[in-house]
Parts: sequence; structure tokens; C-alpha cells
Amino acid sequence: MSIIQFDQVSKRYQASNDVLSQVSFTIKAGELVFVTGRSGAGKSTLLKLVAAIERPSTGTVLVNNQNVSQLRAAALPYLRRKFGLVFQDHKLLYDRNCFQNIALPLHINGLTGTEANKRIRAALDKVGLLHKEKAMPITLSGGEQQRLAIARAVVSRPSILIADEPTGNLDATYAADIMSLFSAFQQVGVTVIVATHDADTMTEHHNNVLHLQAGKLIQTLAPIPAWTNESQANIL
Amino acid sequence: MIKNWINRHLQVIQQVLVRMRLHGWSTLMMCGVIGVTLCLPSLFYIATDNLNRLASDIQTQSPISLFLKLNATQAEIQSIERQLKGDEHITSYHLVTKDQAWQKMQKTGAGNTVASNIVNTLDKNPLPDAFFITPASNTPEAISQLQSSLQALNGVDKALIDSQWIKRLNGLLQLGNKMVLVLASLLAFALVAVIGNTIRMQILTQLAEIEVSQLIGATKSFIRCPFLYAGALYGLGGGLIACLLLWTMVSFFNSTVVQIAAEYGSQFAISNQSLVLNLFIVLTATAIGWLAAYFAVNSALVTYH
Ligand SMILES: Nc1ncnc2c1ncn2[C@@H]1O[C@H](COP(=O)(O)OP(=O)(O)OP(=O)(O)O)[C@@H](O)[C@H]1O
Ligand SMILES: [Mg+2]
Repeated sequence: MSIIQFDQVSKRYQASNDVLSQVSFTIKAGELVFVTGRSGAGKSTLLKLVAAIERPSTGTVLVNNQNVSQLRAAALPYLRRKFGLVFQDHKLLYDRNCFQNIALPLHINGLTGTEANKRIRAALDKVGLLHKEKAMPITLSGGEQQRLAIARAVVSRPSILIADEPTGNLDATYAADIMSLFSAFQQVGVTVIVATHDADTMTEHHNNVLHLQAGKLIQTLAPIPAWTNESQANIL
Repeated sequence: MIKNWINRHLQVIQQVLVRMRLHGWSTLMMCGVIGVTLCLPSLFYIATDNLNRLASDIQTQSPISLFLKLNATQAEIQSIERQLKGDEHITSYHLVTKDQAWQKMQKTGAGNTVASNIVNTLDKNPLPDAFFITPASNTPEAISQLQSSLQALNGVDKALIDSQWIKRLNGLLQLGNKMVLVLASLLAFALVAVIGNTIRMQILTQLAEIEVSQLIGATKSFIRCPFLYAGALYGLGGGLIACLLLWTMVSFFNSTVVQIAAEYGSQFAISNQSLVLNLFIVLTATAIGWLAAYFAVNSALVTYH
């Protein structure tokens, strides 16, 4: 069953050229998909289209077979709650501590109290930040902030997890940890979409890849053959 | 479900209060400004309201004098008296016959040379019989209606009220009421602007939170909620301060007013202790704060997508 479907999607910001052009692909529920490409290729833009943060200039984006462009503005927040989002720039709130940062999505979902606290600690624990729950985000290292952003994305148990460069600031060990965390989510049925330029993390997983080059989709959702992994790993 | 909802709102209010306490001084200044602004029309209102009260006090003390024709017969006097008795617009009346009036005039004239001279030059009683009537209602309309119905009675020469100045006073008081209304609307507008501006400043310091919340699925009402509470709480605080200021000022004025009134043999004192007025001030202020916040947040919310 397809959970996300792009059909001939193009995107341009105001008067610019097409950032994405004629992109079509389908993501099935429970898949782990990588979006790759060089800087400026349109990875973040693609993820924003998936998460209904931006609307396509032409073409249709279907989430759960719903045409996102046709949703009422009042219905959008409820669609977005299906997603757990890790932003490229984290978007952590620096006026409150880690615990309160993680609490935000739960509050938005109307969940407070002991059940919420339990979930917040569980999420912090997953990313190895339980001991920092009272710390302010500004006092965290870059990698710790990234992990905090991941904890915030997963705390409300979304059915689709979208992560934009979630391992950019992490050393190989932590990057591997995060990737296995994403795999774990996938294994319990969560659809995971990760944008990355870190080929290492990607090639360790035999998964689907959306490779973008200047806004065009080059490689679609074909499982990477083992030999490709090898050769890529060798090249890199 | 409902408990969750209440809990959430309590939590929001608590957060707002914490933030307000954090900026205690500016919160106090804000409430003070609102309070003083609310005081102006309220004081004006209290002034006109009390003048109204004073005026109706005077009106109830002003009877209608019903002078009969000099040639009115005894039968006519009795018929008028019967009608006065039956009229529910009349609280009380008493008859002063021409002889009683004549005697009284002579008596008062005894000590007064001018008056006694006049009395002495008159060889016969020029005074008519007269009824002095206390109307039941004290509105100007009711009194003048009563006056004209009395005027129409057989044997009546003139039904007199000194209504001219009462009418003028009432006119002035109505003007005062209108001015209160205009002043209040203008100041309400100013309050919306002031509170809205403060809320807008707060929004600016929380733009990051608003943005993230919207991106991860917060509804507009969720984002509006804390700001609406902040606006309403500013209004509430300002309203309470206004009530306190009014109470203080009225007590301050009253110590003098009571003294003056006592010298005129009156027990008049300014009253603002009406619960309704105070409630009205507080509720209006809260509503204004809420509205101002609503406009401020709505203009700050962007629709992502
Ligand atoms: N809000 C915007 N307004 C105008 N142009 C934009 C906007 N966002 C992105 N772009 C343009 O779209 C192109 C693709 O941007 P995008 O952020 O999707 O790239 P990316 O693949 O995520 O790059 P990176 O790896 O550096 O994050 C860029 O050329 C960028 O200038
Ligand atoms: Mg990007």
C-alpha cells in the first residue's frame, strides 16, 4: 500500500527555476527510503513537500491517498501530526530545557501528565540524552542537539518519520546508532524517509534510494545491489 | 477527555502566569496603564450617575402645585379631591384652602414689614384654594403627563411644576451619558491597540516556538491559546486595578462630599460600590484584552503551505 505518492511534481520558489522538476515516485508504508543528492539538489524541498510544509507548483502529492493540495487549511495540522520531523536546522527551542523541548509535540497532541513524562524520558533515553533532561539545548554539542531533534520527532510515535540530514554532525559511531534507531522504527512499521549526503550510512543499508540531481530524480526506489554498495564504498 | 482539556488549559494559564511573573515589572506597568485608562470613563460615569441620583432625589421632593380657580365651588373641590385620591400616579396630596393660606400669609407678614404692608393693602383674600401633590414617579415625562392631566380637571386654574430646570438638567445628564459612551469606546479602542501591541511584542519573542509548533501540527487555536490568556489576564489585572483606583478615589472625594452634603442637611454620598459596575469594568477589560490578543496573534500566524 502506498503511503506517499508523487506524480509529476515540480516545485519552484517564487521566480526561481524549478528546484524539483517532474518528480514521480511511490513510497510504501513501512519502507526505509533515502533521499540523496548534492547540496542544493532539492532534498529538503522534497521532504517539505512530503510533510505538507510546502505545496507543489505542479503535479500532485498524495499522503495516505489524500491530495495534499486539496486539503483545507484547518485539516493540515492533523495531517502533519502523522509525521515526525527532524529539521535540517533542528529548530530546537532555546528558551526551554531538553525535557520541555521534547514535550512540545505531545502537548500539541493534547497529551500531558505522567504518560507524557514517561514517553519523553523514553525518547530521551533512545538517543542517549536522558541524563541531560534538565539541560538547555544551547549547552549541548552539535551532535547532542541533533539527537535531541530526533527525540522530539519520535516522541509522539508518528507513522512517518522524516529526517533531513539527521547524522550530519555525528561521528561514525553515533551516526550508526541513529541509523539503527531508524531501522528499528522501520521494523515496527514506521515509514522512514531520510535525506543524507553521507553515503556511508546509506550504503550500509540495503534500501531504496531517491537520488536527486539538480531537481531531477535519477535513481528511483530500486534496491541497491550488493555490488553497487561495494563499489560505492570503494570509491568513497 | 474533558479533564485532559481542563488540565491543558490550566497548564497554559500557569505557563502564562510564570512568564508574567518573570517580567513582573512590565506586567504591572501594563496592568496599571489599562487600569488608569479604564478609570477615566468610569469616573465620568460615576459622576453622571450620581448627578442623576441627586436629580431624582430633588425631583421627588418637588411637588406639583394645583391652584384652583378663585370661583371654584365646594363641589368642584370635592370632585377634584376624589380624583386625586383615585389616581395611582399620586403618592400623596394635601389641600390648603384659601383661608388657611391667607392666615399663614398674615402670620408670616407680621414679622416682615414689606409683606405686612402688602397684606394690609389688600382688603380681600386674593389667594386661591390649592392642592400640593407628590407624584409617584419622578421621571420628567411622567411628571409632565400628570401635570397636563391635572390641568384638564374642572375648576383647576393652573397646575404648576418647576420642571424647566429639571428638564435642562436631564438633558445635560443625557449628554453626559453619551459622552461617557463615546469616551469609553475611544478608550476601548486605545486599549485594544495597547494590549495588542504588547502581545505582538511577546509573539516576536516566541516566533521560533510558533513556527515549530505550526510545522509539527499545532492548530491555530492551540497557538493562539496562551496569548489569548495573556491578553485576558492583562485585562483582568487592569480591570481590578481600575476598581481599586476608583474605590480609593471615591472614598477620597466622599470624605469631602459628605461634609458638604451634611451642611445642606442631606445624607448624600457618592456611591460607586455597585457590584454591577465593578463587575462590568472587570469583565469588559478582560474581554478587551482577549480580543486585542486575538487580533494580534491572527495577524502573526502564517499559513505554512
Ligand atoms: N524558501 C526558499 N526560497 C527560495 N529558494 C529556495 C528556498 N528553499 C530552497 N530554495 C532553493 O532550492 C534549491 C534546493 O534547496 P534544498 O534546500 O532543497 O537543497 P538540499 O538538497 O536540501 O541542499 P542541502 O544538502 O545543502 O541541504 C536551492 O538552490 C535553494 O536555493
Ligand atoms: Mg537540505
